[in-house]
Amino acid sequence: MEQPDQEVVTQAISADMQKLETTVKPPPTDTPRAAIFDVRNVSVYYGSFKAVTDVSLPVYENEVTALIGSSGSGKSTVLRAFNRMNDLVPGARLEGLMTYRGADLYGKDVSPTAVRRRIGMVFQKPNPFPKSVYDNVAYGPRINGQRNKAKLDEIVERSLRGAALWDEVKNRLKQSGLALSGGQAQRLCIARTIAVEPDVVLMDEPASALDPIATLAIEDLIRELKKNYTIVIVTHNMQQATRVSDRTAFFSVRTDSENDTRTGVLVEHGPTQQVFEDPHDSRTQAYVTGRMG
Amino acid sequence: MAVASEPAGVDLREPRSWRRARNQIATVLMWVALMATLIPLAFVLVTVIAKGISAISWQFLTSSTIPPNVSPLGIGGMGPAVIGTLIITGFAAVIAIPLGVLGAVYINEYGGKGWLARLVSFMSDVMTGVPSIVMGLFSYTIWVLHFGYSGLAGAFALACLMLPIVIRSTYEMLRLVPNHLREASYALGSTKARVTLTVVLPAALGGIVSGALLAVARAAGETAPLLFTILTVEATNTNLFSGANTALSTQIFVNAQSAFTGAEARAWGAALTLIVIAFVLMIAARAVTARFTRYTR
Repeated sequence: MEQPDQEVVTQAISADMQKLETTVKPPPTDTPRAAIFDVRNVSVYYGSFKAVTDVSLPVYENEVTALIGSSGSGKSTVLRAFNRMNDLVPGARLEGLMTYRGADLYGKDVSPTAVRRRIGMVFQKPNPFPKSVYDNVAYGPRINGQRNKAKLDEIVERSLRGAALWDEVKNRLKQSGLALSGGQAQRLCIARTIAVEPDVVLMDEPASALDPIATLAIEDLIRELKKNYTIVIVTHNMQQATRVSDRTAFFSVRTDSENDTRTGVLVEHGPTQQVFEDPHDSRTQAYVTGRMG
Repeated sequence: MAVASEPAGVDLREPRSWRRARNQIATVLMWVALMATLIPLAFVLVTVIAKGISAISWQFLTSSTIPPNVSPLGIGGMGPAVIGTLIITGFAAVIAIPLGVLGAVYINEYGGKGWLARLVSFMSDVMTGVPSIVMGLFSYTIWVLHFGYSGLAGAFALACLMLPIVIRSTYEMLRLVPNHLREASYALGSTKARVTLTVVLPAALGGIVSGALLAVARAAGETAPLLFTILTVEATNTNLFSGANTALSTQIFVNAQSAFTGAEARAWGAALTLIVIAFVLMIAARAVTARFTRYTR
């Protein structure tokens, strides 16, 4: 493991100071941009277990939408519904309507593979392939049929630059992706995701396994990526939601003591500043002020 | 107890307790177990090398066997058996390794918890327990009785023996591939076949090769499946598909039963040759796999 560059660390720390002062960002423009996802009355089941119920939520283009809430509130389940990752879980099924740019994501002829090529995902734990840094990034373009060496070189460099990793790894592209530090590995995974030029990037607690400095680097990156991509991010860290997101959706757990079941529900959603400063629901109020969950 | 008498500091020594004693007992037992496995292994190796080394010569490794094996060491050799072992075991590997790896891929990646995957898995475990001579008789019944003795019939019997080992070891390796790697690939728009070929199999390659080698080494030393399928001849038969053949293991079997000193020495020599072949194969395969798995560390 390499010691992080002193200069980089200093930069990150000074960036940290600046950011802590302005916890909540100015509200986004009132006129909503084009909606990319429209979620209508969606419930997700794992077998007979209802993980999340009756979610209705819009996601807008070139915005960061944060899904927050306590454990078991179904936010990751909803996130994984956007690119049909739940299909990989035996017994998972979805009720309701989920559209992506007007098309029914769960329509009969929809290929999950085609969906995932447009809607990429970054996971909680950095999960680089046991391949070289270069091969990690080139993986997506290659499975999509890109064989041209010059083109691949270009894509790899562009993606690594986009993930703010190029300067750190440009001299060791042939080294194993597993040799990177946690923060670098997560940025490698982001580079791998944007290498296929997706439309949307889903992030499932992308910084929860990282130290504060690496977390800030990822957050800077998210703000940067917003220019070109639509981002949906699940986070446990409310400060993070206020730092990076334009809109926030708050999920909670509804406990049915009679049947001993716990189901996730969407409590409210709106511009991040409104959700945190002027929540409409008392449960949101309790959560964002730290009195619950 | 000691704390009170030592006001200078806290006593951080391990107290003389049952826990400490248990630790020491376990350590001793571990060393005993290690010795119990190493000593017989060392004895076998030393004996085979000591008794076999005098037989080894270029002439021994290349010349044909001279029947009826009464001649001293300087005449004749194990040439046909070396070639027979290589082509028969080689062809058995060509049958069993792809089939076994594909079977394990089906069980772990495609079959899920379905009845077919469980059946294949169960049957392959049962197959592990089948005595090797039964594999020979099986091959004898369905092949030799109709088409006569051949290296192919032997390779077929050996493949039956290798198959469950390859399936089981590959399956265990595939199970160890973390799911988050599969998810990462799926999230980029891979199909299941692509995920398996480009992520799962490469990640498990080192272990799969180890398992396959174990199967090859095991098959190379098997005698019983070959007794009824290839017979034992004295001349080199490079045609795998027809005519009786010979192998080092059957030569050891035949020569060791013989009362003549030359034959006995040849049996030791053949045993040493077999061990060296297995050893060289292991080293070569390790070197090749190290190249392909250099990113997994």
